[in-house]
Amino acid sequence: MEIAFYITAAITIISTLLVITRYNPVHALLYLVVSLLSLGMIFYLLGAAFAALLEVIIYAGAIMVLFIFVIMLLNLGKETAEQEKKWLKPKVWAGPAILALVLFIELCILLNTNDQAQYISELHVDPKVVALSLFRPYLIGVELAAMLLMAGVVGAAHIGQHKKTVLHRFLQEKEGT
Amino acid sequence: MNAISTNMVMLLAAILFILGIAGVVVRKNIIFMLLSVEIMLNAAGLAFVAAGARWAQADGQVMFIFILAMAAAEVSVGLALILQVYHQHKSLDIDKLREMNG
Repeated sequence: MEIAFYITAAITIISTLLVITRYNPVHALLYLVVSLLSLGMIFYLLGAAFAALLEVIIYAGAIMVLFIFVIMLLNLGKETAEQEKKWLKPKVWAGPAILALVLFIELCILLNTNDQAQYISELHVDPKVVALSLFRPYLIGVELAAMLLMAGVVGAAHIGQHKKTVLHRFLQEKEGT
Repeated sequence: MNAISTNMVMLLAAILFILGIAGVVVRKNIIFMLLSVEIMLNAAGLAFVAAGARWAQADGQVMFIFILAMAAAEVSVGLALILQVYHQHKSLDIDKLREMNG
């Protein structure tokens, strides 16, 4: 299954190149989702099925939804309606749709082939081995990652709270009354 | 066949990392810079997973999980910072935010 790897690598490079050259952030996010999906495909081809699962669920699911939320929050304007109309043109979503369709066809072909022939490295790592390694020798790393995530949540909640814009004190008094 | 595949995967990871660096350097919008940092983290994770698959060890995927957790924390803090900067300065242009004096 060398050819599947080369097709997926080409899709990854093309979509990443399109991410860093788009002007509209939403178009870049669409291409980044395609890039992450194809990277998950490469993980699957490498025999790391658990990493492929995490890539699709966490990266292409959760983190990209965060980005989309922030971008949608930032351009609340009067031009939102015509922007919405502009985004729904088929020229916009045709590129990511074609790349994702190629990935989907490749996935269908891979799922229909023989079980052993689909990995380009025959030594694939089971999720059970990963879990045993994660919770025995790397237990302190898991604890540290949990503390990092906790610190990230607390930091985001602290930074993101909506403070009033700093005004001059005369203006503040006028606004208060 | 196996060694050639590992070389090719490492080459792909290097290309993705270079694209991420180019995105950080070239773009002037903070959101695009954060996206490029995500691309670079992905490339590093791909290198870890490829090395783990080369020797059939689980350590590569463990490191990928750690990178994933780190990316999630970094994105949450970074996006909160972007929202705050946009509320304060009404702009995401990195040239206009050169002097961040409070």
